[in-house]
Amino acid sequence: MIGQSPLRTFIAHAVLILGILIVAFPIYYTFVASTHTLQTILRPPLPLLPGGQLWNNYSEALFGGIGRIGGVSVGQLLLNTTVMALGVAVGKIFISILSAYAIVFFRFPLRMTFFWLIFITLMLPVEVRILPTYKVMVDLGMIDTYAGLIIPLIASATATLLFRQFFMTIPGELVEAARVDGAGPWRFFFDILLPLSRTNIAALFVILFIYGWTQYLWPLLVTNSNDMNTIVIALRKMVSFADADTEWHLVMVTAMLAIVPPILVVVLMQRWFVRGLVESEK
Amino acid sequence: MATVDLKDVKKVYPSGVEAVKGVSIAIPDKELCVLVGPSGCGKSTLLRMIAGLETISAGTVAIDGKVVNAIGPTERDIAMVFQNYALYPHMKVYDNMAYGLRNRGTPKDEIDSRVRSTAKVLELSALLDRRPRELSGGQRQRVAMGRAIVRNPKVFLFDEPLSNLDAKLRGQMRVEIKNLQRKLGVTSVYVTHDQLEAMTLADILVVMNAGLVEQTGAPLDVYEKPASIFVASFIGAPPMNLLALTGSSSGPILADGTAIDFAARETPAVTLGFRPEDADVTFNAEALPGALVLPATVEAVEPVGAESFLHCAAAGSRIVVRVSGRAAAKPGDQLRVVAKAEKLHWFDQAGKRVD
Repeated sequence: MIGQSPLRTFIAHAVLILGILIVAFPIYYTFVASTHTLQTILRPPLPLLPGGQLWNNYSEALFGGIGRIGGVSVGQLLLNTTVMALGVAVGKIFISILSAYAIVFFRFPLRMTFFWLIFITLMLPVEVRILPTYKVMVDLGMIDTYAGLIIPLIASATATLLFRQFFMTIPGELVEAARVDGAGPWRFFFDILLPLSRTNIAALFVILFIYGWTQYLWPLLVTNSNDMNTIVIALRKMVSFADADTEWHLVMVTAMLAIVPPILVVVLMQRWFVRGLVESEK
Repeated sequence: MATVDLKDVKKVYPSGVEAVKGVSIAIPDKELCVLVGPSGCGKSTLLRMIAGLETISAGTVAIDGKVVNAIGPTERDIAMVFQNYALYPHMKVYDNMAYGLRNRGTPKDEIDSRVRSTAKVLELSALLDRRPRELSGGQRQRVAMGRAIVRNPKVFLFDEPLSNLDAKLRGQMRVEIKNLQRKLGVTSVYVTHDQLEAMTLADILVVMNAGLVEQTGAPLDVYEKPASIFVASFIGAPPMNLLALTGSSSGPILADGTAIDFAARETPAVTLGFRPEDADVTFNAEALPGALVLPATVEAVEPVGAESFLHCAAAGSRIVVRVSGRAAAKPGDQLRVVAKAEKLHWFDQAGKRVD
């Protein structure tokens, strides 16, 4: 930071570049593998440079359908996963911002009881309550539906607490000014609270989208048919114990495609993310 | 336009703390009433009860003759200027001012003309497209005022609106608020802990202490005839000099044993006070009948420019004397402090004024 000696600069850069290489190389290697034929991949060593099968492999995976998962295309998998991740992210934000609003700005009987109930659910991860949840989903006929994928994951104590902490930093005078200005609870929520929460919502959206995108256990349980699988589940199903049965080139393509949407979300939302960290409009 | 009447208003918090212990104030139409007192005296709570932001435990608040105890802040037709301005940070100045009108369903073109004319009065026209964080403290203050004025309410409520400004700006805004209030002729309640602000702004000055009203009146009346030791020492800077007395049948005796030449009163006074500007100093030793004369030692001299303050030790207390121009005395000088009899204030055991 302060010292600008060439040696320091060199060391700093060397460490950073090494770190990037360690993180990026496996991804690069996956990409390389996704551009070769199955035969090339199975015959070691795997080349370090991309092969000529990029278009063939990707179009086969995206539009053709993959045999090991019942001929479902990666396009369908991406759609399923996007619906689930969006549903989880939007649903969680919607539910938690409303419950935080109620807990922070309204005085009602058992307010603190409700707060603690929400807080306690933090200690109960999805895995602990997975059997009863599964039973409920079966009884409601939600197996192999988007609703079944999304709804059980929506309730979120973490997001509620996050919004609660943010709402508590909003000065009381602002709330009172709005009351004097004739804003009722809904007006206050939409005109003042929501715009002020924009950056928080954006940051949370990124985190929750990726959380939804990478879910494994729940989608594994609640989807049986291949065309309702999420991409992570399908990826697992594509890999067989016998090397020869596995269409490695398509596995690599699917892995690459599975990374793209989360990266897109992070890149596109980065501006908001940074703004949320840098400025506080209060 | 409206009157504001408080009748025996009390505020008891659920914790049992009594913040306001029965306050009655009648504010006539178009007048500016200043509530002044030390922090924790209940003045802000009282203001918030008038605003409807705080429930009223007992008594009634009436605006324009109508009791508003059960009515929310929106329907009371009041506007409030907050200490930290409480501007909506994500809205432009224009929208900040228009928000209250929009919520009331005022037609768009009327909102526009009202916002623009108010902005003109407050010299905010060039700033309408800015956001609060791009404004200086003084400009934010103006926007907060504008947001109140544009609504054209029955009553303005000010909660220490100038306390976040620097001294110079505070002086300017004080004059501006006074002029605006007079021009608009809107009944106002103004809360402050600054006695100078209170003195200069008020039509009616209400001095509060520990949840009760100590004195109500025109600022200069309060200044000249403080009803209690508390008011005497709170209003005026530097505060009134107070000397403890031990009464006797022959007349009052000062704490250091000096008898002073005043007749005994019906109610025995235990405290004697005079304002720094009502006293003078002399080096001469001539007799001065009918005046309080105290031998004193100068401890410090504060020249302020147009006047000087002499801090003296006299009769076992420390007193301050204001002399105009530069003081001839220097620390260590022995002199006599003289205060005219009609400028003396006497207070009894309970701290109440004795005349």
